[in-house]
Amino acid sequence: MEKRAIYGGLALPLLLLTPQLLVTLVFFYWPASQAVWQSFLLQDAFGLSTRFIGLENYRELLSSPGYYRTIGTTALFSTLVTVLSLSIALVLAVQADKSIRGAGIYRTLLIWPYAVAPAVAGVLWLFMFQPSLGVLARGLRSLGVDWNPLLNGDHALALVVMAATWKQISYNFLFFLAGLQSIPRAVIEAAAIDGASPTRRFWTITLPLLSPTAFFLLVVNIVYAFFDTFGIIDAMTSGGPSKATETLVYKVFFDGRLGGDLGGSAAQSVILMVIVIALTAVQFRYIERKVAY
Amino acid sequence: MVERRSMLARLVPHVILCLGVAILAFPVYLCFVGSSHPQDVISNGQMPLVPGHLLTESYWLALTRGVARTSSEPVGLMLLNSLTMALIIASGKIAISIISSFAVVYFKFPFRMAAFWMIFITLMLPVEVRIYPTYKVVADLGMLDTYAGLTVPLIASATATLFFRQFFLTIPDELVEASKLDGAGPMKFFWDTVLPLSRTNIAALFVILFIYGWNQYLWPLLITTRSDMQTVVIGIKKMIVTQDALTEWNIVMATAMLAMLPPVAVVVLMQRWFVRGLVETEK
Repeated sequence: MEKRAIYGGLALPLLLLTPQLLVTLVFFYWPASQAVWQSFLLQDAFGLSTRFIGLENYRELLSSPGYYRTIGTTALFSTLVTVLSLSIALVLAVQADKSIRGAGIYRTLLIWPYAVAPAVAGVLWLFMFQPSLGVLARGLRSLGVDWNPLLNGDHALALVVMAATWKQISYNFLFFLAGLQSIPRAVIEAAAIDGASPTRRFWTITLPLLSPTAFFLLVVNIVYAFFDTFGIIDAMTSGGPSKATETLVYKVFFDGRLGGDLGGSAAQSVILMVIVIALTAVQFRYIERKVAY
Repeated sequence: MVERRSMLARLVPHVILCLGVAILAFPVYLCFVGSSHPQDVISNGQMPLVPGHLLTESYWLALTRGVARTSSEPVGLMLLNSLTMALIIASGKIAISIISSFAVVYFKFPFRMAAFWMIFITLMLPVEVRIYPTYKVVADLGMLDTYAGLTVPLIASATATLFFRQFFLTIPDELVEASKLDGAGPMKFFWDTVLPLSRTNIAALFVILFIYGWNQYLWPLLITTRSDMQTVVIGIKKMIVTQDALTEWNIVMATAMLAMLPPVAVVVLMQRWFVRGLVETEK
């Protein structure tokens, strides 16, 4: 889609584009290309010399059991966060969509956690579940659970999943609600007149019509769980205990820190880039299709 | 809907929604309670579930002193850093992307599509996948521990550019033609027509970007080494020490409340813009 009435000239549009393109080149393209280049290099322990080693960094990465463990953790973490936050949000959105009194107030009361920083959300949940002083940790202990996220990897993972889910519910709720409200009432009323029960109407009409929203949210939630949860993990567990909560992004950060293993870290970055590109492509294919309807 | 609903059926949505609200609010309630009790009561694991009496004291200590350790900065300063960073990021992103979208939409020039794609592809390069090389660029430019280093690398945004582009495409062409007939140049058209029409879009985008800027974590973590450049989101993490007995939880919780307040207030008070910005930028 293009405008019919268009200005000419070259200097002015380039001038208008300069700030954006400059920032993009210096802070996006150059570093990204550096990441790709570094992934083919080996740097010695003192950072004094580098040499080209081809795909050696990738080979080493893909043959290390630790990397597969991190992939496993990331997959489990993302699946749990996505499934939990999507289903809780859907339940809430369906209720808020019913024409009930106070729907606007409920919406306000349900969307604010979106604004809480991931790291701060982590701190809030840490406070509740801190083994020696947390209020809910005490509750768990009195129920006979030997709760200790500082030592038990499963407990730590449960903790970061809870905090990450808590923060994402608002976002999903908002989009589900918008999706539900865009379903024409007439369709649902027609089904009701034909005698379809509310449950049946939900499964055969509402849910299929909501599937584009759900699919969109699925991709967004995976991206969220992969990238935006860094602050939660760093504030709560720092990837521990013994790497039980280390996701792919956290590993890039950890391995490259203090010039540790820049080549390996860069190779991981490149793999992550490929994942983002794939996810973005999926998302845009979906949007193209939606426009075509 | 169509059926007449029983009393019970009308009650169910309220019960479920109240439960949802309670689950979302509970961590913040406990945080508030925690900020009102003395440190030793919390450390002993004996914090009651109702607020105590140290409320003003904790917040005052947090704002003016921070935690008692030497390297710690007052939270007041951290809040100021966060505010500066969030405002620069939000207004910077809006400024550079509104002019670049204007160029891409309203001008016909050789590299138009190339420029558009160049901006568009940055969607696929989040800071997390280019952490260390970007850090190195900023270090080489001498921008570590500066507001410029904190903000400029985050300022290029494909989302904002796409958002304005979508909007500009909906502005009727008659307006450009009328402006041309009046003998006005492109920049006059921008100032007199495009900018005023974009007001609500700018507001919506500002809300989203302010929250985005305020909540940044990974980038400031790398770029700031001096404690007086710390933002509140970074500062709060550093207040928690591994030996739990030493963590001043009351101050940490007061800081958490202060760190949440500005972005949450923006969402609640500017809810209309927030919802619109969120839904529109994701398209």
